[in-house]
Amino acid sequence: MTDKKIVIALAGNPNSGKTTIFNNLTGARQHVGNYPGVTVEKKEGWLKHEGFHITVIDLPGTYGLSAYSPDELVARKVIIDEKPDLLVNIVDASNLERNLYLTTQLKELEVPMVLVLNMADIAERNGIIINYKLLSQLLGMPVVRAVGTKNEGTADILNAVISSFTGEDKPLPRLVRYRPEVEKEIENLQKLFYSSDSTIPIEAAASGGIVVKRYPLRWSIIKLLENDSELMEKTRAHSQSQVLLEQLEQSKQRIINKSGNDLEIVLVEDRYAFIRGVCREACQSRSIDRISITEKIDNVLLNRVLGIPLFLGMMWLLFQLTFTLGAPLMEWIETGVAILGGWANNQMAEGLLRSLLVDGIIGGVGGVIVFLPNIILLFLGIAFLESTGYMARAAFVMDEVMHKAGLHGKSFVPMLIGFGCTVPALMASRTLENPRDRLVTMLVTPLMSCGARLPVYTLLIGAFFAPQAAGNILFSLYLIGIILAIIMARVFRTWLLPGETEPFVMELPIYRLPTLKSVLITMWERAWLYLKKAGTVILALSIVMWALFTFPIVDKNGNEFESATEQLESSYAGRMGKVIEPVLRPLGFDWKTGVALVAGLGAKEIVVSTLGTLYSIEDDEALAAEEEPVVKSFAQRAREQSGYTPLVAYVLMLFTLIYVPCLAVIAVMKRETNGWKWPLFTMGYTMALAWVVCFVVYQGGMLLGIGV
Amino acid sequence: MTRTLKDLAPGEKARIKSITGNGSIRRRILEMGLVPGMQLVMERYAPLGDPVEVSSPGLFLSLRKEEAETIILEQNGEEEQ
Repeated sequence: MTDKKIVIALAGNPNSGKTTIFNNLTGARQHVGNYPGVTVEKKEGWLKHEGFHITVIDLPGTYGLSAYSPDELVARKVIIDEKPDLLVNIVDASNLERNLYLTTQLKELEVPMVLVLNMADIAERNGIIINYKLLSQLLGMPVVRAVGTKNEGTADILNAVISSFTGEDKPLPRLVRYRPEVEKEIENLQKLFYSSDSTIPIEAAASGGIVVKRYPLRWSIIKLLENDSELMEKTRAHSQSQVLLEQLEQSKQRIINKSGNDLEIVLVEDRYAFIRGVCREACQSRSIDRISITEKIDNVLLNRVLGIPLFLGMMWLLFQLTFTLGAPLMEWIETGVAILGGWANNQMAEGLLRSLLVDGIIGGVGGVIVFLPNIILLFLGIAFLESTGYMARAAFVMDEVMHKAGLHGKSFVPMLIGFGCTVPALMASRTLENPRDRLVTMLVTPLMSCGARLPVYTLLIGAFFAPQAAGNILFSLYLIGIILAIIMARVFRTWLLPGETEPFVMELPIYRLPTLKSVLITMWERAWLYLKKAGTVILALSIVMWALFTFPIVDKNGNEFESATEQLESSYAGRMGKVIEPVLRPLGFDWKTGVALVAGLGAKEIVVSTLGTLYSIEDDEALAAEEEPVVKSFAQRAREQSGYTPLVAYVLMLFTLIYVPCLAVIAVMKRETNGWKWPLFTMGYTMALAWVVCFVVYQGGMLLGIGV
Repeated sequence: MTRTLKDLAPGEKARIKSITGNGSIRRRILEMGLVPGMQLVMERYAPLGDPVEVSSPGLFLSLRKEEAETIILEQNGEEEQ
């Protein structure tokens, strides 16, 4: 027997615990993607319950359904276009009034709904007593109690969904009634449309031509009264909208005259008045201790003196978690990849195929998964900070700094992740609502020195600087990256993408202890995205890079090369290094450095192994592991053959820091911005910036005689 | 002189009179339930002075001073009517 199919969409405010419920419902049967045309994450999952196959769409968390933010536009588009059978509205029971605002908006879209009062335990602990039955009658929809973090109520939600769907449970439909003058005008406007049909066709230009979408009539009129930009535009585009628009203006004017306020305030006020009425009847709230735990914690965490040190401490912990715990795991993976490569090496006859498999594919895949421990741990920490509610506080503490740089408090999260790996950092920029803020954040995040650049620094520092200076040198590089990011953000915000910054009206959620499961699922989702998105591109590019460095395999006369160094010099990549040498000369680099920098396009850590090959260091691994004698001989040869001085080594580190983030970043940026324009721009600007900064430092250093 | 949310010192409370400004910022402020008549408490300023945190029962909200400035408060005398 085939299962009956139901499609439900989960809607709710950010911080309503929607994701936890989604995870409880679907477990690992999830699919994460992007909505076409916008950088809003699309999550879908499915499950089976009592003979029903239920598809669950997780809508972006929103406070309303206006046309101002991409998230809200996506949410309402999905509801209107994909026509889910049911909406499941997740609300925070401990903060019912605010959460029900979205409910009133969803209700107007005329899709059957189930209301889930999540975090009911917190509400009960706070002394809020809710009469579920009465609430259900007043709102005209089934109401279910749930505690997502404890996986309570999951079956109840599904049962309510099914009985709503089958029509067993049909509460009376109830809508927000606005004040009489508004209702009267809604009625007037309704008369302009064919009265028998409860939906209106509004023509919208979509890809490929004109399509007719059907919106609920009452909702459309209310949105038009609110001056909703999307609907106004579509109405204006309609050939016969003149009468409607005139009538609309008159209606608005009459309401403004009568109420003394503009439409936006009037409608929001009426919705909140309705909600307050509902809450007064269905909820009882015993006097709550105003200084809740959250306030006590915030008195410390957001303290004017302690706020910033505590924030920095938290970030320090996050990095210890990521890098200290991650290091041994990375080593295991490296060893594993090396063993696999060695094994393949022994199994196969020498030749191009072996070279492709061992150096191109195994090496390329190894390069992707070696970062996985770091990425998983970093995401684990971030998922924890996000789900406890601290992330919003971090944005609160940091906003002043970020805002001065032309960014948003929330930009700090992707930039922070950028220290680990730029690829997931770009994906983290999705938390920014304003497209301009998001774009500027994405453009400057590559300047945060990522983990892959670290091996280049440590090798060069180990080779050319005294151990006492190592820490300072390393710190200076990270600092320069941050300073450049701030400067560039300011520059982009002023000249490239001027305009209003995103409003910083943000709820500071009540602190809560997340479940291990929800943190793990969030973490895994992102790690998987990294593997999938970055992994495939990195693999493809590794093969391209392998080809550039491998061919031609014989010299002009058809003889084999005598040494790896000679082969590399003659390869296409080697030739590219020579071609760009004149450009790099003013920075103190020779063609060998040029080759290494070309190799670094694929992934920055390859700069090290390429330099190793160029200076005929036979033992790659010993160099990467920074075994002292090997590093010393590397330093010796680099000094002799390329004239490396500490100054040149420092400039090379600087260049590595600034120039083109790796090709995986370019690929992800293309995906996130839906086009080649911004990734190409990023390549161009980072290279130009790297050159200018390195030129100034090298020439300045030469002039002042520092490090020569 | 009109008093706005920006002028409130930490610990002070006041009632919202109206909300000026426009576009998405105003919309977001309204959607968060900051409507005329609501009483707000200034909880704190951020460590660097901006943004600020305000509260009303069940809500902790942060907003920048430039946004707080669009929220006009009732004068002290008007509060207890």
